[in-house]
Amino acid sequence: MTPGIDWDRFGPMLWDAAGETLYMVSLAVLAGGFFGLCIGLGLYLTRRGNLLENRVVFAVLNVIINIVRPTPFIILAVALGPVTRAVVGRIIGIDAFTFAMAVTASFAYARLVEQNLVSVDPGVIEAARAMGASPWRIIRTVLIPEALAPLILGLTFLLVAVTDMSAIGGMLGAGGLGDLAITHGYRQFNWSIVYVVVALMVVAVQGVQAVGNWLSRKAQGR
Amino acid sequence: MPAPIISFRDATKVFPGTRRRPEVRAVDGVSFDIHAGEIFGVIGWSGAGKSTLVRLINALERTTSGSVIVDGVDLAGLTEAKLRPVRRGIGMIFQQFNLLASRTVAGNVCYALEVAGWPRAERAARVAELLEYVGMAEQAGARPHQLSGGQRQRVGIARALATSPRILLADEATSALDPETTRDVLALLRKVNRELGITVVVITHAMSVVRDICDRVAVMEQGKVVELGETYSVFTRPQASLTRRFVSGAMGDRPTGDVLAALRERHPGRLVTVGVGAEGSAPAFRVLAEHRVSGAVVFGGITQVGERPVGALTLELEGAPADVDAAVVGLAQVCDVDDLGGAAHPVTNEEPR
Repeated sequence: MTPGIDWDRFGPMLWDAAGETLYMVSLAVLAGGFFGLCIGLGLYLTRRGNLLENRVVFAVLNVIINIVRPTPFIILAVALGPVTRAVVGRIIGIDAFTFAMAVTASFAYARLVEQNLVSVDPGVIEAARAMGASPWRIIRTVLIPEALAPLILGLTFLLVAVTDMSAIGGMLGAGGLGDLAITHGYRQFNWSIVYVVVALMVVAVQGVQAVGNWLSRKAQGR
Repeated sequence: MPAPIISFRDATKVFPGTRRRPEVRAVDGVSFDIHAGEIFGVIGWSGAGKSTLVRLINALERTTSGSVIVDGVDLAGLTEAKLRPVRRGIGMIFQQFNLLASRTVAGNVCYALEVAGWPRAERAARVAELLEYVGMAEQAGARPHQLSGGQRQRVGIARALATSPRILLADEATSALDPETTRDVLALLRKVNRELGITVVVITHAMSVVRDICDRVAVMEQGKVVELGETYSVFTRPQASLTRRFVSGAMGDRPTGDVLAALRERHPGRLVTVGVGAEGSAPAFRVLAEHRVSGAVVFGGITQVGERPVGALTLELEGAPADVDAAVVGLAQVCDVDDLGGAAHPVTNEEPR
């Protein structure tokens, strides 16, 4: 079935690498999801004409996102070095790399969150204001519930994007499935290992997307 | 004179301009009172400032200058946090209904109670009572997207009434509905006004809505109130030219333009349009009879406003020319007359009225 693979040696390596990828991806998505939601809300609320309109805050957030998003991830991960050292204590290794992924994920998700919130009907927000709801209540009970379905889809998208980022973890000493495919597969001309990893990733991403779609449909209540 | 529940005092709202567009004086020095317990209409074309005006009442928009006094409280002096309890005493319904898609019908009505801080245990009973009142009890578990426009507006009304407000603001509440559903929703608003004593402020661009439910009406144009009065007198004696256009558009009882031209072709005799007021058309026909002139109705209509007749009839007068002239003079003493002349000597009145 898989020529050229010594499963006794490769099996545990695959298992460890999968564990590392799971660790990196889940932490980065959790942190990215949370901070992305906060930053995205901040961006939306401080927009002109919105609940907490504030030009300065909006401009600052907007500029940071526009710096982070177009920068290729591997360059950003390196450039973040000093910040990473301050927060994690090191600039290479799995935790340092996870931090860089979390930062990138936060700003990527922030933009998605902002776009999803913009599509919430302003009339519904006005109705809540007319009932005497405070901005904080409107965020919790109107904005997020009304945008929940696309927010879940956005988070699914983020999870897949972060999985993609995690593949180059090896460049900063973080390990993971991508590193395994490159060091033990590609560089040793063992294509079977590359394809086993690819197959594993495809199955995982398909599964995540299916769950995301299902949750999003449920959130829509249809 | 009933006490005012809402008073505008030189209220002005200016939206500042930007590089691309000039500033807009959406509401421009408006002063008038809305009485407790009445259904008050505000009519005008889009952009006349009526939506902004109604938003000054619950301070969704703040006045630039002047003041709005609601239930004795001057809103201009209140902070956003102090305004929230005031808003809870004012219900509002919208053209696009603005229901939460993420909640059921019952959940939407319940939302207003949650915002108002009702104890959890008392909410369900109140929601059931409200849905019963607007005739939506059976759809309590449905989602807004499963309902028709009229049903959604009923839910909007239930939600607006949840906290027993003294004032209900209806912003183009029937503009997205078909005529039959409009009648149902207007009937519900009248019921709310009569049974619960809630003051209703109706924003509309349809004179038929004013005719059907409003006690008094303000006509707005370019941020100013150009006419204000009881609905019946506005219909029977409109003063401003905008009001005349609204009334004639709604009534369709006076021939103008092509219609009048076609009418002259078919009826070459002397045409006069007589206004029909509280006494009906009898006085006009009595005058004709006295002058031995017969009048055939060739155009017109009579409807009811506030349970009194309103309308106009266009008559083709036949008789000796001197008698017809005398009859027209006589008519003017008993009713409003618009002499259109005969086909040979037409009198053109460019301004519709």
